[in-house]
Amino acid sequence: MSTLGPIDDLYREVILDHHRSPRGREPLTDPDVEAEGKNPSCGDEVTLQLKFDGETISQVGVLAHGCAISTSSGSMLADLVEGRTVGEAARIAEAFRQVLHGKKFPTDVDLGDLEALEGVQKFPVRIKCAVLPWVTLLDAVLAQRAGRDPRPVSTEGLGDDANPMNMKITEGQ
Amino acid sequence: MKPVTGTVDAAVRERFPLLTRQVNGRPLVYLDSAATSQKPSAVIEAEAAFYRTSNANVHRGLHTLGDEATRLYEGCRDTTARWLGVESAQVTIQRSATAALNLVARGWEHHLVPGDAVLVTEMEHHANFVPWQMLAKRRGIELRVLPVTDGGELDLARLDEFLDDRVKVVAVTHVSNVLGTVNPVAEITSRARSLGALTVVDAAQSVGHRPLAFAELEADLMVFSAHKCYGPMGLGFLVGRAETLANLEPVEGGGEMIEWVRLEETTWADVPHRFEAGTPNVAAAAAFPAAMEFLEEIGLDAVRAHEVDLTGYALEKLRAVDGLVIYGPDDPTRRGGLVSFHDPQVHPHDMSTILDQLGIAIRAGHHCAQPLHRRLGVVATSRASFGVHTTTGEIDALIDGLLESRKVFAL
Repeated sequence: MSTLGPIDDLYREVILDHHRSPRGREPLTDPDVEAEGKNPSCGDEVTLQLKFDGETISQVGVLAHGCAISTSSGSMLADLVEGRTVGEAARIAEAFRQVLHGKKFPTDVDLGDLEALEGVQKFPVRIKCAVLPWVTLLDAVLAQRAGRDPRPVSTEGLGDDANPMNMKITEGQ
Repeated sequence: MKPVTGTVDAAVRERFPLLTRQVNGRPLVYLDSAATSQKPSAVIEAEAAFYRTSNANVHRGLHTLGDEATRLYEGCRDTTARWLGVESAQVTIQRSATAALNLVARGWEHHLVPGDAVLVTEMEHHANFVPWQMLAKRRGIELRVLPVTDGGELDLARLDEFLDDRVKVVAVTHVSNVLGTVNPVAEITSRARSLGALTVVDAAQSVGHRPLAFAELEADLMVFSAHKCYGPMGLGFLVGRAETLANLEPVEGGGEMIEWVRLEETTWADVPHRFEAGTPNVAAAAAFPAAMEFLEEIGLDAVRAHEVDLTGYALEKLRAVDGLVIYGPDDPTRRGGLVSFHDPQVHPHDMSTILDQLGIAIRAGHHCAQPLHRRLGVVATSRASFGVHTTTGEIDALIDGLLESRKVFAL
């Protein structure tokens, strides 16, 4: 541990653990959807693979090239959304976004290890690192629903309407 | 204050008001001069003075203020021309070096036909890469890319493979903004010109950092921006041979660039004004001569020697950090004032955030050179770049910060 104050709050041990040994790193052999997310200003990249069983996300593969914040967020995503419905995953993404923008922790959504990324809110330029895997997930899910190929997702220059982080995904049926 | 190095007086720091500020409770250590240099007071005051006392549009008003503004604007052109050893008419004032390169790529397009080729290099900034790629796509032209060696230099041994008589444009950077490599541009441009190709040099990292005359590049055109050499933002230049500029089409139409406008047809103003449609950044132009005076007062030889000294010092210190990968030539005399590196233990973004907490500003990312980063096999690097005000003590602070960032990630 260092003595850098807010830095220790940012790089909590649980984050460093996900960064060192990311979950979901095993590529899926036959994914239903594969989506790419990029952070153009700094070059972070994430490739997300999903397999569905009806509305449930049955398997997740996350291949991230990036900083500790984006890789740990991707690893936590793999941990959290596997076995959840698309609607549950979208609720986690939304709750996480709220937390990063300084809102209170939601009482009805379990963010698991993602809670440790709360410290990112003190580093506004790094929020895009934390949300990258999640915007990629949301677009992958929307693409799957719309029967289109996922488009490469970018965290830059997205207006409110175009930003998948702002899209509402409701539970099917 | 201890002397910066033997070549530039440490008192120069006092000329930069921003350097007195604190960042995250620590004195600022600004190591991002290659992205934009900090501004001396004289430049800041000259820009403010324009708005306070002479603000008017240029080349239009017949009133006193309009005349003053025009004199300041044209004075910038004259001073820049003198600085580079060219005639005023060879200097066109643009919004940025990027705008200047886009002007060239668009304005030269009519000379090219499908089957022609444009040669760029693997170490170009996106500003000297993307406009050519766009041109190639528009016109069915081949885009060739001269590779970079493992040592971070242009692979000139392979130049003949890439440069033949199909190549109609060669665009190359003088100093790489990532590797720091100083390219032997004259060698490339003279060969390209003998084959009849247009030669374009991106001098954004070299003008104002070393003595430089346009003629020594042996190029047809060069571009640079004011803000990377202590001048204001929003001001770039396209400098060229008179005959080349005469063969360049204007890209933006509008006021200022015309001679005579009729319903049927418009004739262009003379070079250089035909490339300057619309109201330019007169305030920035009014301020840039102050940056040139500042640099002349120090002496461009001293500026260059200082950057070489600091780069040598930084290379030595960074090499002593175990496991760090350092890019570009080993010899500081063959580099501009910057060093990019990669720490396998700490991602550049994480390092940048941690250094920022210590008040140290470096650049982390791809530095607008993604093709080069692909060549280097990394998506991002960290870059420390130096100005006349940079001290060896600041480089020591960087090394301490780098070790501190490793502690965060240590098991």
